[in-house]
Amino acid sequence: MTATAELVVDAGRRIAQDHPESPLAIAGLTVRYGDKPVLFGVDYATPPGAMLAIIGPNGAGKSTLIKAALGIVPKVTGEVTLFGRPQAQERHRIAYVPQRAGVDWDFPATVLDVVLMGLYREMGLWRFTGARHRKTALDCLERVGMRNFADRQIGQLSGGQQQRVFLARALAQDAELYVMDEPFAGVDAATERAIITVLKELNARGKTIICVHHDLATVAEYFTHVLIVNMHKIAEGPVAEAFTEANLQAAYGGRLSGAQVTRLAGASS
Amino acid sequence: MNPFLQLTLTPMLIGVLAACACALPGNFLLLRRQSLIGDAISHVALPGIVAAYLLTGTLSATAMFLGATGAALLAVALIELVRRLGRVEPGAAMGVVFTTLFALGVLMLEQSASRNLHLDVEHALYGNLESLIWLEGTSWSALLDPAALAGMPPQIFRLALVLAGLALFTVTFWRELMIGTFDPSFAQSIGARPRLFNIALVGLVAIAAVASFDAVGSIIVIAMFICPPAAARLMTDRLSRQIWWSMGFASASAILGYVLAGYGPMWFGSPHSVSAAGMIATVSGVILAGTALFGPRRRQNLAA
Repeated sequence: MTATAELVVDAGRRIAQDHPESPLAIAGLTVRYGDKPVLFGVDYATPPGAMLAIIGPNGAGKSTLIKAALGIVPKVTGEVTLFGRPQAQERHRIAYVPQRAGVDWDFPATVLDVVLMGLYREMGLWRFTGARHRKTALDCLERVGMRNFADRQIGQLSGGQQQRVFLARALAQDAELYVMDEPFAGVDAATERAIITVLKELNARGKTIICVHHDLATVAEYFTHVLIVNMHKIAEGPVAEAFTEANLQAAYGGRLSGAQVTRLAGASS
Repeated sequence: MNPFLQLTLTPMLIGVLAACACALPGNFLLLRRQSLIGDAISHVALPGIVAAYLLTGTLSATAMFLGATGAALLAVALIELVRRLGRVEPGAAMGVVFTTLFALGVLMLEQSASRNLHLDVEHALYGNLESLIWLEGTSWSALLDPAALAGMPPQIFRLALVLAGLALFTVTFWRELMIGTFDPSFAQSIGARPRLFNIALVGLVAIAAVASFDAVGSIIVIAMFICPPAAARLMTDRLSRQIWWSMGFASASAILGYVLAGYGPMWFGSPHSVSAAGMIATVSGVILAGTALFGPRRRQNLAA
């Protein structure tokens, strides 16, 4: 066991050093919840400027992968670098958007309060929200079409509106890498279009986007790269190369019918 | 002679300070759905305080605080043990450990009482608010006289210090507390150290509980961690306003409860006053019931 772990770490060091330009590179990433292994030995280097979908069946460890990579949940072993440096040092270049269902929307805060959380790094100890911060936050709300909701309590919003508020908070962080956990889960069609428009716009300006994604039907349309996981890494690469019938079959096994897989993978080519 | 200054001012002030000191961190416990922790810590404090008393023979604040802290740590370890060995869910493990330790505290108290010491079960539950009087407060000018002020019950200064410390902490780390409570994963991703502040919050709850416990007893402590913040949440949708409302409700409970305990029974023709601690906790519960029925934000909370 010990020898295996060391080998993984050794391999990890090399991989991380080989990709100093990668916004998020992981090597030998292994995560366990209690006694249950969730991810084992995942190596991946996100290409700069990619629009990446992380896909895999339910419980495959997709959310865990990004949470462990960003230091939100502890990892057993593995190496993570952000832009070639340790995670803690480059945190300010990352905007993370958790799953919408993971927070209590009954929390006593307004839409503007939530977006202002994205400016945390700019507001030091004892310094309070200024007019400049407020303007930045309102501009970010404008970009997701939520400016008129700034003073609403967040619990009064629909699921799609809540997701847009989370995106506005990420925009306020003005990051270089956006990591989003299922941004399209449970949102209306208009919100899905609004979110993908903003993400593509960011991507066009050179920002790297990573989304945990559920809807295989939109992978080819929205993303440039995929990372397919199911506890282990199944495949990675540009959508045209890695989003194939064989890889999906390997990841999802019997959970997708052969016809479904063929149709989905066919859509990408 | 000034009966208000000598007999009423200090117990009322101590009641207000203790109520506010518990209600302030109680706001964050409520929003984290951890209100039970306040309850739990005030229960566990009892055996710790009695043990510290039996070991040192004094009721000094330091000994009591160390005893209560030790008991809290022991309780956390025991909960983990029960959860793992007994394979029960965390809530049940918590409930078992805290009630058992509290019961142990009661037994230890009885033992110490039989040895004619100054702690007893009534004191632990109700505190001794009515006895915290200020005999030097003979006239209003005593409020400016350092010698007379020094005669005030020491609980006043201790609780004022604790409340000031809690307020300073809350203002200084407002953003960390708010972000860490609303969205811990995001807080971790931006380096706002939610785990550290979670531990700090539990520590502050312990300090508030132990500091208040001696003066006002566990009934008020438990009620004030939960009732004023819960009532305040039904009044507003902004966290800062919720905290101000909770301070107002906590103060109102303490003042109204103290007055009602002293004079209320007389209005109904009874010559005996009732326990101030019991009445203060009751008033806080009545306020919560009132906001639950008439609070402007109650509907959407019920829907959630």
